[in-house]
Amino acid sequence: MNEIFVLAEHRQGQIRDITLEMLTKGGELAEKTNTDLTAVLLGKEVKKHAKTLSEYAKKVLLVEDAKLENFNSEAYQKVLSNLINEHKPLLTMIGHTSFGVDLAPSLAAALKLPLATDCIDLEFESETLFITRQMYGGKVNVRATVRKSGSYIVTVRQAAFTAQKPAVSGKIIEVPSPLTEEITEKRFVEYVLPPPGGVDITAADALVGIGRGIKDESNMLVVEELAKALGGVLACSRPIVDKEWLPSDRQVGSSGKTVKPKLYIALGISGAFQHVLGMKNSDLIISVNKDPNAPIFSFSDYGVVDDLFKIVPPLRDKIYELKGRKA
Amino acid sequence: MNIIVCVKHIPETAEAEIKIDATEKAIEKTGLVFDINEWDDYALEEAVRIKEKIGGAVTAMTAGPKDADSTLRKCLARGADKAIRLADAKFEGSDGYAVAKILHSAIKGLPFDLILTGALASDDGYTMLGPILAEMLGIPHATMVKKIELGDGVAKVNRELEGGLEEIVEVKLPAIFAVQTGINEPRYVSILGIRKAMKKEIKVLGLADVGLSENDVGEAGSWIKIEKMFVPPVEKQAEFIKGTPEDVATKIAEIIKSRGLI
Repeated sequence: MNEIFVLAEHRQGQIRDITLEMLTKGGELAEKTNTDLTAVLLGKEVKKHAKTLSEYAKKVLLVEDAKLENFNSEAYQKVLSNLINEHKPLLTMIGHTSFGVDLAPSLAAALKLPLATDCIDLEFESETLFITRQMYGGKVNVRATVRKSGSYIVTVRQAAFTAQKPAVSGKIIEVPSPLTEEITEKRFVEYVLPPPGGVDITAADALVGIGRGIKDESNMLVVEELAKALGGVLACSRPIVDKEWLPSDRQVGSSGKTVKPKLYIALGISGAFQHVLGMKNSDLIISVNKDPNAPIFSFSDYGVVDDLFKIVPPLRDKIYELKGRKA
Repeated sequence: MNIIVCVKHIPETAEAEIKIDATEKAIEKTGLVFDINEWDDYALEEAVRIKEKIGGAVTAMTAGPKDADSTLRKCLARGADKAIRLADAKFEGSDGYAVAKILHSAIKGLPFDLILTGALASDDGYTMLGPILAEMLGIPHATMVKKIELGDGVAKVNRELEGGLEEIVEVKLPAIFAVQTGINEPRYVSILGIRKAMKKEIKVLGLADVGLSENDVGEAGSWIKIEKMFVPPVEKQAEFIKGTPEDVATKIAEIIKSRGLI
């Protein structure tokens, strides 16, 4: 029977959420296309992960090798190519993560199989694969078809699907590693964490998140004052860290921190998914943006379409007023 | 060291209001400001810094219509030595895979030790060019690169992972690195630099010049075909607060107070 492959992503001993999200969507697609769901697990001493995956997929293909201990696109591509050539799965799902974007495009090019990246939805309609993905930083969605093939590869956006545990008890199949030769082109050295800064944004009750709309470093003062009035701290989206206006431990989003404060005020943040992923579960979200169609508004409780510099100074004053003291 | 940088000329949309056009397969481009893709801007800067440090030449390359010359001129003004533009009416509708084939057709005949590009482009966000090009050229790659340390025949690079973590990997050269924003601080272009760049030649190559056929490029040569573009469905619509800045500030402050946060 034909299969749907889901490549398990794990790091430092943990299965990453994207794996279970893909297994949930993969299970749904397998049912509709009358195929089997197969989890593909590569690593070193990862049998405990295989057991977890067998609770989601009908089959777990387990390849263990010391060369697979840490993610390495060169080693992963060799093993996965072998498995895809042998099994010819209808679909191979890989996370649209740092790991997945390093692997999927070269794998697809090597196997000459069509690839659709950063998918937020997938469906088969009479053997044609339809995907939904976003463009222009999440400002538009696109429904697209993937070039007809017997076997497709996709990368799947994080948190696009919600993981649900099915009633499955899958079979674990150990596959001998095909890596007979050394991996020579690319070598994992180590993980590094940037040095911690003075502020832990995950512990703050109130965060003022700032983005590209801040425009100039001299405007940092006025937003800093708002954060201070609220008894909170400044957080930000990627462009602010890139410009070094705030240290990287203030970054909220997929490559930064995930926060859940009681209050998140988003100023000049358009709401690209990478940022939203890190703050959408905040208790109360208030956003100010000049673009009425900014995606951030679909994740906010309250929105203001205006220039943030017109709103922030009176807001700071009102807050001090309600606190019963002057700024 | 010969470095090739692949760049893309795209509309800036992060702060612009955008509209879907009548075909429902693209956005209205009129009124939008076009510039070098932000990620590619960092890639170019990194290439120029390497050249300044150890010597060599930087070639900026793009696939796109005549308008894209302004992005190449910017690259030349920033310190690129040569510029190549691949242009053909048949390129229209190309996805990341077709663009990779187009760039590959020109790169394969050039000497290079290193290829840099942005990890993604903020228009289509495919995030696939670097690794596909690497596979076509038979060289290794690394994406999401935040730091490059060149050694003897090998480079040590930091890749950005999720949650603030990075990994260091060693990659044999020649290689392709797809860089993440923030890897450096792109320089401003001086007026003198731009003037000088106006005189430099931009080499233009078409479909036949690089030995590709119509079926390799455009929609025919792509993996992805856009069927319909639409406004994302709203999961939770914000309640909009209107009025003068004073009114808005008062209302927001009251909402915050009502939640016990003041």
